[in-house]
Amino acid sequence: MPAARSSRILEREDTLAFWLLFPTFALLALFIAYPFVRGVWLSLTNATVGDPGHFVGLRNFTKIFDDSIFRTAALNTFVYTAVTTVFKLALGLWLAVLLNRHFRGKSWVRAFILLPFIIPTVLSTLAWKWMFDPTFSVLNWTLFKLHFITGRINWLGDPELAMASIMLVNVWRGVPFYAISLLAGLQTISPDLHEAAAIDGANRWQRFWHVTWPLLLPVTMVVVLFSVIQTFADFQLVYVLTGGGPANATHLFATYAYQIGIGTGLLSEGAAISLAMFPALLLVVVFQLWYIRRVENR
Amino acid sequence: MARYTRRKFLQASGAGLAGILASHHAPVFAQQSQVHWIKWNDFVPASDELLRKSLLPEAMKALGIKINLETVNGNDLQPRVTSAIQSGTGPDVFMLFNNHPHIYSSSAVDVSDVTSAIAKAQGGYYNVAKANTTDGKHTLSVPWAVIGAEIAYRKSWFEEIGYSKFPETWQEYHDAGKKLKAKGRPLGQTLGHTFGDAPTFSYPYLWSWGGKEVDEKGKVVLNSKETLESVKFMQTFWKDAFDEGGLAWDDTNNNRAFLSGTISATLNGASIYIETLRKPDQYQTEKGTRMRDDIRHSPLPKGPKGQFGFHLFQSHMVMKYSKNQKPAKEFLKWIHTPANYEKWFVSQKGYSTPPTAQWEKHKMWDEDPVMAPFKIAAKLGLSPGYAGPPNRKSAEVLTKYIITDMYAKAVQGMSAEEAVKWAAEEVSKVYTGT
Repeated sequence: MPAARSSRILEREDTLAFWLLFPTFALLALFIAYPFVRGVWLSLTNATVGDPGHFVGLRNFTKIFDDSIFRTAALNTFVYTAVTTVFKLALGLWLAVLLNRHFRGKSWVRAFILLPFIIPTVLSTLAWKWMFDPTFSVLNWTLFKLHFITGRINWLGDPELAMASIMLVNVWRGVPFYAISLLAGLQTISPDLHEAAAIDGANRWQRFWHVTWPLLLPVTMVVVLFSVIQTFADFQLVYVLTGGGPANATHLFATYAYQIGIGTGLLSEGAAISLAMFPALLLVVVFQLWYIRRVENR
Repeated sequence: MARYTRRKFLQASGAGLAGILASHHAPVFAQQSQVHWIKWNDFVPASDELLRKSLLPEAMKALGIKINLETVNGNDLQPRVTSAIQSGTGPDVFMLFNNHPHIYSSSAVDVSDVTSAIAKAQGGYYNVAKANTTDGKHTLSVPWAVIGAEIAYRKSWFEEIGYSKFPETWQEYHDAGKKLKAKGRPLGQTLGHTFGDAPTFSYPYLWSWGGKEVDEKGKVVLNSKETLESVKFMQTFWKDAFDEGGLAWDDTNNNRAFLSGTISATLNGASIYIETLRKPDQYQTEKGTRMRDDIRHSPLPKGPKGQFGFHLFQSHMVMKYSKNQKPAKEFLKWIHTPANYEKWFVSQKGYSTPPTAQWEKHKMWDEDPVMAPFKIAAKLGLSPGYAGPPNRKSAEVLTKYIITDMYAKAVQGMSAEEAVKWAAEEVSKVYTGT
């Protein structure tokens, strides 16, 4: 009987496993593997909008490495990711430790902390854009009224300040993710361990450094991994705040790839620029996964 | 009331479906052609309202087709056209800016049948319209309008510093700007990455000094004595006369700065003035009078090699992937018929200048002398890539903001020589494809 046969087939572990995993595989193939392979192929052709082009080998890559704007974008991406990750981790951890204490209205505060992360990035970034506005900046107005400045600060018009500004917004947006994830990690640490350490005479700092931090490390590494990948490929924030300007000073891989691929219609070159971040990300992912495994096996 | 039973319904619908399947044709009501038209959100909102409420219903009635109008932010047109072309589906008619039609030429339906009729009937297209929409073999898009870029300035403020007439040369403008900035009323100009006000300033400024990205034969000649002079002049000009926040401005910042009285002059479409006409009591001068009475327009000043203009140009491309090419062309013919186009043109109040010569004579231009300088904006405008032949290379240089960035880098502290060298190398890479 067919029904009996199919149930027998499903009883075999390997077949069942295959069918259970199939939807995930199909989704990954469709939405991750296919676009990736297609992107790699595109980067090896001379395709432009409306013209599929032909195979040109690594020409796009030699071209972009010779491009001064690409080099700026590459450097910017590394600096942007490194600086913001350090700040997000430090502030996020600090916030998580504070939120792990008992105080009145704890759940409300925890919910509000998440706000920057919940609001759509474009929306909150537009609000920041207004705060950084060269003419009507509310930040400048406040600093001026408090007598901290006498002239205007050109937040988004000065190359260094513009980079600092986009980093500031990224940190503002990213800290809640760190805080809440690390808070979840903190809550899995048994209070008994702290009590035992306290009885042994460990002070607060020692308890944090010898008890909390080692136990929190695996969670921290996962959070940093996710965050680095996201920050490295950041687009919306820079696109809305500066569009890569002034004079290309704030381009990241993603915004420059967009300008070349979509604005100028050079799809193949745009694909090469976005793929250029792949080796760096791969290294980060491999290192962190190796580290997490090492910590877990300890 | 007739009873409609389930059986009757099944019989009727079954027969109908069988008929459709047998004839391989959908019934007539489902066959009505649809044209999906995408354009920017007009800076004069009344014009989009006119299209939606009156012109398009008229067109649908006259042509027997359905027209869907979609309006998006100007900066979003390029992503939309790229994804439409790559996926082979999307709007039938695309509004494009400047020389962008050259970027998408392989996806354009030749529209010479539409444009030749319009040109013949309306006094011929201006050069800028021809350069942006034809590649020597094909007509890539139908010219729609030119958004004239003129300097909007505060007449009384210029008079206060001794300029009863607007400065005619860059030197005079520098002098005036310096005096105005000293009084806390700088000139305003974006040098940011934005589609309108940035290139409409940087290109004609370069040309007026004799600098060009390529010569008549398409050879890159940007690294020249003339370009260098223009950059050197700009370095002191910027510091002395301009609001330095302009490096981060987009196309809307200067409007807000001017209307709030923080800058004395800025290159712009007529939208600042039109806004003050719309809300005369909201925008006032520091003396409490209406700001609209204190606004005048002027073309960009002259440089050593003449006076130039570059105005945001708009045209409509009929897409090759479209299944509605014929109705799309019919619609473009219809809307460019003088009686129909005139309604739209008048609603713009001079913000847009039509691309053909006949409209210079229209009585609308006599209504408001403040708008008069816009009348011949399209006639005097050049297209990016001047003095070379129109092609996609110049469109690439434009979309990469290379010319604008050359000035932006120089005013940020890079030496003029280095900025010119950088820009010339970038332009060369584009033209040689390396």
